[in-house]
Amino acid sequence: MILCLGTITLVCGALLAGIYILTASPIEQAKKARTQEAIAKVLPPFESLSEAAVDGEFEYSFAMDAQGDTVGVAIKTFSTGFGGRIRMMVGFKTDGTVCSTSILEHSETPGLGAKAEESAFAGQFAGFDPAQKKLLVKQDNGDVDAITAATITSRAYCVAVQNAVDEFRKLMPAAPAEIADTTDVEIVNMEGNINE
Amino acid sequence: MEYILIIISAVFVNNILLSQFLGICPFLGVSGKVSTAAGMSGAVTFVITLATLVTYLLQYYVLVPLGVEYLQTIAFILVIAALVQMVEIVLKKVSPSLYSALGIFLPLITTNCAVLGVALTVVTKEFTFGAESHMLNLGQSIVYALATSAGFALAMVLFAGLREALALNNVPKLFKGVPIALLTASILAMAFMGFSGLV
Amino acid sequence: MSKFSLVTKGFIKDNPTFVLVLGMCPTLATTTSAINGMSMGLATAFVLILSNMAISAVAGLIPDKVRIPSYIVIIATFVTLLQLLMQAFLPGIYQTLGLFIPLIVVNCIVLGRAEAFANKNSIFDSALDGLGIGLGFTVSLTIIGIVREVLGNGSIFGWKFIPGDGILIFVLAPGAFMVLAYLMVAFRKIFAKKL
Repeated sequence: MILCLGTITLVCGALLAGIYILTASPIEQAKKARTQEAIAKVLPPFESLSEAAVDGEFEYSFAMDAQGDTVGVAIKTFSTGFGGRIRMMVGFKTDGTVCSTSILEHSETPGLGAKAEESAFAGQFAGFDPAQKKLLVKQDNGDVDAITAATITSRAYCVAVQNAVDEFRKLMPAAPAEIADTTDVEIVNMEGNINE
Repeated sequence: MEYILIIISAVFVNNILLSQFLGICPFLGVSGKVSTAAGMSGAVTFVITLATLVTYLLQYYVLVPLGVEYLQTIAFILVIAALVQMVEIVLKKVSPSLYSALGIFLPLITTNCAVLGVALTVVTKEFTFGAESHMLNLGQSIVYALATSAGFALAMVLFAGLREALALNNVPKLFKGVPIALLTASILAMAFMGFSGLV
Repeated sequence: MSKFSLVTKGFIKDNPTFVLVLGMCPTLATTTSAINGMSMGLATAFVLILSNMAISAVAGLIPDKVRIPSYIVIIATFVTLLQLLMQAFLPGIYQTLGLFIPLIVVNCIVLGRAEAFANKNSIFDSALDGLGIGLGFTVSLTIIGIVREVLGNGSIFGWKFIPGDGILIFVLAPGAFMVLAYLMVAFRKIFAKKL
């Protein structure tokens, strides 16, 4: 009786171990592809991409064109929404404007906060210049239209983008001079690919 | 403070039955009478808490060190099945009346998604506390399991009370049984939505 | 029972959602949109067909006392297989359905079919039974998903045809219970003679 159950468990375990080894590399690739896809979505067209570097909970990679000039930076950022952590990819052009944004994972309410993924809301951030406009929802005297009945999610989205903006300014301290709060910038090793 | 957040969130805001939809089978199946509902809640509380404790240790002291996290589902369900078997044997000896009242649903706790659901949530989901976000530690996991069970019991007993009252009413033939129970649950879920945003 | 009716009984007579009222957790939780409901149904059907076949093949060898644990181990194996495959090839859907993929292990439909059908029928018949019940479940979940998506979001399979916000409550938890209740009543009314 015990022997029979043990045999079944052993056989199943062995079978799964085999499948696990077979699927390990496709799973790894799928994860990579998902990040790559998000990066491609939030950046202007580029030729090559630097390896992702990690800074605390942030991850960033630089995009280069055919000549090797940097055309943008993709930063993986986060904030806390209504249902938990929101993680997203924010792409910047070299002049500091947001190119586009894309949510990687969230646990917001379907039909409410989950609408942050739709272009009606997320589209507002395409071409958003944090030096000119305020990254706050209109209720907080900012320039972002909140999602109806999901102000917390909208705020969290703004915070995530703002976190990315701060990270970007840390990475590219030579960005336009009108940016006010660059006092506590620390220079980060940029792998020698930045021309600015 | 984190403990209080976990408790309020698990009991009211993210109620396991009315907002996460885990453990709906006993919710619809044994909610005809308040006393049975309470008994079922007791059994589920016991199993959920014990199962969470054991699976937490299993995850972090066996599966992760060995690098076999992919066996999580299969290992967790085996542990839960064994635990339920044990509870059944103990209950049979200690309280035969409760044992006969819970009848067929006791072995079915194994296939109650609430138990496996809570065990899996604890080891896979990050919890947010204000701006912080991290996995639960052992103490928090146990508190989460207990609070979730309390939420289960609360929804179960409230629902059973409503159904007891409904049993005396004249329900249209097509709505008899499950549909009217589901509509009652819908209204109860609406009431619980009032808690959303509390944490 | 003919092979054909083995497949078709899952749609009306033995419909797992509207008649047998089994597997309610994923039914309520994952049907926020048509595509989510359909994905959940197909994932369950995948496990159901394979576990039915495997259990039918080994049923004679398993002593009665450890029958249920053995079945659970077999089902859990196929669920893990599905988890690994989905992570590799359908990571988007895997993330959306989240917890409810591993929870197929405890879906009463799967264990129910193993007990009621697979352990006393041939491998081929068990596969057909799994296919029928699995597809019945998929169709039911898709219908619930469609109703909730149309009412709650004004769209169907992601295609938006009513501008604006829709009636939010249908995407939220109370709407799940409500839509299922009314669809169950409609099902009883329409198929009154066949049940």
